[in-house]
Amino acid sequence: MGLSIAVAVGVYGVSFGALSVTAGLSVWETCLLSALMFTGGSQFAFIGVIGGGGTGAAAWAAATLLGVRNGIYGMQLKALIRPPARRIPAMAQFTIDESTATATAQDSHDERVRGFWTAGIGIWLTWNAFTLVGALAGDALGDPKQWGLDGAAVAAFLGLLWPRLSAKDPVAIAVVAALVTIITIPLVPPGIPVLIAATVTAAVWAIRRQRTELAR
Amino acid sequence: MSILVWVLIGAATAFAIKLAGYLLPQSLLDRPPVTELAAAMTVGLLASLITMNAVANGQALAFDSRLLALAAGVIALKLKAPYVIVVLAGALAAAAGRFFGLP
Repeated sequence: MGLSIAVAVGVYGVSFGALSVTAGLSVWETCLLSALMFTGGSQFAFIGVIGGGGTGAAAWAAATLLGVRNGIYGMQLKALIRPPARRIPAMAQFTIDESTATATAQDSHDERVRGFWTAGIGIWLTWNAFTLVGALAGDALGDPKQWGLDGAAVAAFLGLLWPRLSAKDPVAIAVVAALVTIITIPLVPPGIPVLIAATVTAAVWAIRRQRTELAR
Repeated sequence: MSILVWVLIGAATAFAIKLAGYLLPQSLLDRPPVTELAAAMTVGLLASLITMNAVANGQALAFDSRLLALAAGVIALKLKAPYVIVVLAGALAAAAGRFFGLP
């Protein structure tokens, strides 16, 4: 289990590093993203927008919106672990999909705390090491398309989305968001379709919610 | 502004969001809309990012080997493959497409 996660983070990290350099970021900027932003989905969103020709502001907005879920994780972890105040800033930095999932999967308080820190710090170290490898390799590899790295990014996002599609509502939302993206790609600057899709998603969610409230 | 500045602003915002989760009052979490909306937004954003990464080429739509990667990813996930296999399947499919001369 632990090894499989480490290997996955390694491959994902190499892909991120190489694609980031290809998108036009320096090795240094790429490593800063992994060390400081440290939330893979947002990092991929950031370099995806830049690589597609979008502005820094659009990249920031896409990364930030995708990072909102980390705030929810923080709320859940606080309720679950009840950490002392002095630990909270460090815990916040290591709050990501994997550390939250690992902590919530444990039964006792001590195991949850240990699970959170082991996953969080372990992944941080692996993620940063492999980001650097990928960023350095990105320059040396030449055309990353030849290696299918752009395909790896597609599959990586798909792998993040898949477990969230367990109910009917998420599937409908995903389809709407994908359609809005396809329609808006030719119409607006790169990166903006993602933000429009996010806005439409929120609107669809609000309308559906209002309907179910009325039905009650 | 240079990309480096946006990298730093993005990192600061990401940390602020994570921290806010711990500092906001518990009562906010007890209200279902907040968590529901965040979950819906995550699904919408990921679906949009998959689409963008699969078919966008700047402001043009391009249908190329990345669609093979998407298909390979779906098949791997249907077969309940671990995450790393899904990512590798995507890379291999796109690389194979290019090897055989597809755009």
